[in-house]
Amino acid sequence: MLQAYASPLERTWFYAHRVIAGLILLFLILPILVIVPLSFNSDSFLMYPMAGASLRWYEEIIGSDVWRNALMNSLIVSPAATLLAVVLGTLASIGLVRSDFPGKALLTAILISPMVVPVVIVGVAVYLFFAPLGLAGSYTGLILAHAVLGVPFVITTVTATLQGFDYNLVRAAASLGANPVLTFFRVTLPLVAPGIVSGGLFAFATSFDEVVVTLFLASPGQATLPRQMFAGIRENISPAIAAVATILIVLSTLMLLTLEWLRQRSEKLRTGKSR
Amino acid sequence: MTATTLTAPAAAAEPAERALPLKTRLKRAERRKKLLHLALIAPLAVFLLLTFLWPIGALLKRSVDNPEVRGGLPATAEALEHWNGQGLPPASTLAVFVKEMEAAHGTTELASAAKRLNTEMTGYRSLIMKTARSLPLPDGTKLQDGLNAIDPRWGETHTWQVMARAGQPYTSYCLLAALDHTLDADGAIVAATEDQAIYLDVLGRTFWMSLVVTLCCLVLGFPLAYLLTSLPTRSSNLLMILVLLPFWTSILVRVASWIVLLQSGGLVNQALQALGLIDEPLQLVFNRLGVYIAMTHILLPFMILPLYSVMKGISPIYLRAAQSLGCPPFQSFWKVYFPQTLPGVFAGALLVFILSMGYYITPALLGGPQEQMASYFIAFYTNETINWGMAAALSTVLLGATLLLYIVYSRYAGQGRNTAKAR
Repeated sequence: MLQAYASPLERTWFYAHRVIAGLILLFLILPILVIVPLSFNSDSFLMYPMAGASLRWYEEIIGSDVWRNALMNSLIVSPAATLLAVVLGTLASIGLVRSDFPGKALLTAILISPMVVPVVIVGVAVYLFFAPLGLAGSYTGLILAHAVLGVPFVITTVTATLQGFDYNLVRAAASLGANPVLTFFRVTLPLVAPGIVSGGLFAFATSFDEVVVTLFLASPGQATLPRQMFAGIRENISPAIAAVATILIVLSTLMLLTLEWLRQRSEKLRTGKSR
Repeated sequence: MTATTLTAPAAAAEPAERALPLKTRLKRAERRKKLLHLALIAPLAVFLLLTFLWPIGALLKRSVDNPEVRGGLPATAEALEHWNGQGLPPASTLAVFVKEMEAAHGTTELASAAKRLNTEMTGYRSLIMKTARSLPLPDGTKLQDGLNAIDPRWGETHTWQVMARAGQPYTSYCLLAALDHTLDADGAIVAATEDQAIYLDVLGRTFWMSLVVTLCCLVLGFPLAYLLTSLPTRSSNLLMILVLLPFWTSILVRVASWIVLLQSGGLVNQALQALGLIDEPLQLVFNRLGVYIAMTHILLPFMILPLYSVMKGISPIYLRAAQSLGCPPFQSFWKVYFPQTLPGVFAGALLVFILSMGYYITPALLGGPQEQMASYFIAFYTNETINWGMAAALSTVLLGATLLLYIVYSRYAGQGRNTAKAR
């Protein structure tokens, strides 16, 4: 905050800093805003000023078999991969947070490593490994590979949530006679659910945006939405791409808002408890 | 910990177990719990082992695999292992070779063995093909004389040395090639010839571009993170959404947007022309600049989030104390505040650097041939030329560099446990 006794130089710097930060925010948000109106362009150029408004590009992608097929593929692969990543990642997170053994740090680092290994390496490795097993070009192979990429996000978010989890509640449940399974579903799960949902959202977003592994692993008929966009941008970038992009922007906004809501809710619960 | 052990199994304990001393029962309960926790981790560990660690291990092994000559001429390769490399191989080895060449004539295995030998010595492919065609030898000739008659090179030690080396089950050929080195005739490591030495250039470019992107992210991320920290919670939360929205938006959407913005008739060029700064549209995309802009945009949130979480934890009291003691504002910022942000700077910079080293999509869509990074060549060797040895060797080098940085990163960020994505 600017103090009342600030010198003129400090004042100048204070406002300059705000202007600079505003420009950086503009840099961040402008590319996302700029493509939305172009999806309603009535001619086929991705340029301003627009000729007129129309919904023809939305009609085109809805009527196109290629895009519908891509959406179907994404809706098959991403939810399945997310489910796998969430189940395996949540169980492992509980084990990791509650236990203490030599090599735990190393194991955690390995479980998170798919996040940092270059995706191309994952793609090539998984392709060469899956091909002889008949898993290349199959939905199963694609789902397994996407789940691998989603796991680190589930682990980081769920372990973070569990670290703030009051284990006395589990002890209280046990002392009142609940067995571990019942305790898990009635006490632990509802409290860590926001963390699991955020981890799941991250895993879903990762899979839903994944193109490199898909490039190696998917057969031509299994092109997902990002894979189809990749091809579209490469060949001929048209307002149809802008229409798909707009739909994806709406989707990511929804995911972000859900996440923000979850975060605020859990923050409220936390502060409410400490009061 | 004591409270846990006391409550856990007491209610469920069997009467027989109650007879045991408390210490034993506690130990047992502890062990059971430990096993339960390991059992919870096990499914994921097994899953990642099978779908991630094992495939990557297998890929790395391919970088030293040497299957071609072993596949085309297995018995000969085996026999040459027992040869001391001096003079010429013994007649028994020659007999194995001649017999195998006759049988393998026209097979694809022999062709790929010949191709592999040709990488070690120019002209070896035609030598193998010619020899295979000319066999069998006329009855009664000595094997060595017969081979010499087909081609005098069979009488040279070097020819056989090359085959012996190429026939070994493992080779450093690809790994050395990925570092622009090769083995000379005597097996010593030497620098590769200029037309083959392209990989250090690629790796250097990968490093350089990652460094530039990291610096750009730092320069843009620091002031923004600082502003977000100094604002009241309500407005900083609102502005944070502007940081997180791009973070959640598909990379392909952002790449497409940048093409739209930066193309020669795009908004950026239009704005610059309207301001009178330029007369002709600038080439802003499909070159290095476009890749830098888009990569900085994509990776900036990864810099802002760790910076923000570290800055949030810095008490403003120190800065006020410095100023009340008469330190000028800029100096107090630089000497008192900035050093406290260094953990965030390092964590963010390392994360951005690690991630940009593996970038493939953005350079592939927004760059020219001179912008392609290591990942592109890995994909190229896998898809286009099907040279898995080279793809694997480049993967090994890239993965080695990434993991080294990742270890440094987890040492750094491990204590704070604030991976950017945790938010």
